Amino acid sequence: MTRELWEGNQAIAEAAVRAGLEAYFGYPITPQTEVLEYLSRRMPELGRAFVQAESELGAINMVYGAACAGVRVMSTSSSPGVSLMMEGLSYIAGTEIPAVLVNVMRGGPGLGNIAPSQGDYNQAVHGGGHGDYPRIVLAPASVQEAIDLTMLSFDLAEKYRMITMVLADGSIGQMMEPIQFPEMKPVQRKDWDWATNGRMGKRERRLLTSIYLDPYQEEKANMRLLERWKQVQANEVRYKEYFMDDAEYVVVGFGTAGRVSLSAVRTARQEGIKVGLLRPVTVSPFPLDVIDELVKRVSGILVVEMNSGQMLEDVRLAVQGRVPVEFYGRMGGVVPFPDEVLSEIHRMISDKVPSKLSPRDAWFERMTAVK
Amino acid sequence: MVATANNLVYERPEGFTDTPTHYCPGCTHGVAHRLVAEVLEEMGVLDKTIGVAPVGCAVFAYNYFDTDFVEAPHGRAPAMATGIKRVLPDRIVFTYQGDGDLASIGMGEIVHAAARGENITVIFINNANFGMTGGQMAPTTLPGMKTTSSPNGRDVETQGYPIRTSELLATLDGAGYVVRRSLHDPKNIRLAKKAIRLAFETQVRGLGFSMVELLSTCPTNWNLTPLESLKFVEDKMVAYFPLGDYKVSPLVAQVKV
Repeated sequence: MTRELWEGNQAIAEAAVRAGLEAYFGYPITPQTEVLEYLSRRMPELGRAFVQAESELGAINMVYGAACAGVRVMSTSSSPGVSLMMEGLSYIAGTEIPAVLVNVMRGGPGLGNIAPSQGDYNQAVHGGGHGDYPRIVLAPASVQEAIDLTMLSFDLAEKYRMITMVLADGSIGQMMEPIQFPEMKPVQRKDWDWATNGRMGKRERRLLTSIYLDPYQEEKANMRLLERWKQVQANEVRYKEYFMDDAEYVVVGFGTAGRVSLSAVRTARQEGIKVGLLRPVTVSPFPLDVIDELVKRVSGILVVEMNSGQMLEDVRLAVQGRVPVEFYGRMGGVVPFPDEVLSEIHRMISDKVPSKLSPRDAWFERMTAVK
Repeated sequence: MVATANNLVYERPEGFTDTPTHYCPGCTHGVAHRLVAEVLEEMGVLDKTIGVAPVGCAVFAYNYFDTDFVEAPHGRAPAMATGIKRVLPDRIVFTYQGDGDLASIGMGEIVHAAARGENITVIFINNANFGMTGGQMAPTTLPGMKTTSSPNGRDVETQGYPIRTSELLATLDGAGYVVRRSLHDPKNIRLAKKAIRLAFETQVRGLGFSMVELLSTCPTNWNLTPLESLKFVEDKMVAYFPLGDYKVSPLVAQVKV
């Protein structure tokens, strides 16, 4: 296979096509619009469905409809647009059907800006739409990984009848990198036993809904989601480790923050510091057990994010106060430089007496002092 | 008397399941449901039809039709129907929506589905209020009409004017067939059925978006008897929402049913 130079957004679009995407519904929003533009040409050329919807509300409900029909379907958006889609995500989750959504995150809250951010971590992993529902969230740190995870997301969504989100950011979406595409998979319309695609003389009628008026039935539906989530937690945790064999300290970061941190870790290694990097690839399910094991052999953990410490809480949940946890974050679309992360690594190692403040409060104090 | 082939004049259409109605006595949802079921049966398309239920009183529409069904978020049925029809273009896809669902929260979705000329059929029940939540003001509530959220009667100065949805959608080039009918007496019910047939024929022929608006009753929330409700539709609703064909594209006009 040849290596080609591709922009992240277009690469995500082509990856979905190669995964057998049958229908795409989207709406323009920076920094993900190239996905929409690319597919507006590519999908019709392959005889597949493409609609530029009237809004993200329209787009996600078109996804909902096509997902009910049992085809591979996707939408993509960026933070404010994904907020609008939360209604649909909750319904899709409640209906227990597969769908793929890519969020190319930008700075916020509100209209924010169009720079790369990780401010939607909590929305993607813990919150979002109303009601109790789990979802799979994959966080790429390069254009190649965005391709691989986009392709994987369809398989996971179908396997677990669950929303799978690719949580990228503006830098992944806009950056050009050398990549290799996998082979084109043919469109395979599977004969799902749940799809509402017409009786066609073969079966009884089917209903797809998220309504359970009887609370006991609704509780059963919630239990069903959780049972499926248990399988996801057992089978689908993915992460990358760098320089971890003899690491005494570890940096934890996902996506672009993880990638920036890797540069810092490399430099620290050159300085002789025994520090490694853990980069969660599935931020949901989160690699809690991996961190639980790490705690037994490292002296400190530094969490780096492009937000105010959202994944930090998941790391602290795994650590349970057994080793010091430090935090460094940039917000609002600011991307940390490797030098900044390197200074934090130095500080973590030289601080013999850990701060009494929580990691976020301590970080906030340092941020305020800089200003 | 036991029904036999000799004395049976009225029975459940094939398109219906054997399910007791949940609608209030005197509500015309049942009539509208029956007309749709009869048309789908007569066209022989039950087997390949997928219905999209709304949020509102007709949220349980899926209990009655012997076809595949999905249940949309409030107002989003036309978007869901778009998703289904675009990937299954040879199936028959229809939405069944009330006025709160279609003309209030779902106005964006319906306008754009019509503008895109989606080959879907919309059955639009206009009973001038939000029925399911207990009779609040809808975009279709008549001026001066009392509801639980316009207790002194709809004041157009502060609560605005009713929306005539069929007239609005008829301005869009993507709309192939948009008409308003009423369910207040047998003659109008027959005309409504004919329109529903033509709407589905529009879809079968790929002639664009089709919608039949049906003026309907809500005796429970109107605080009227079923008969008074029918009279209210005939006298008051028809006056504000005139019956008629608002869009019949030249190709649809050639279709004979």
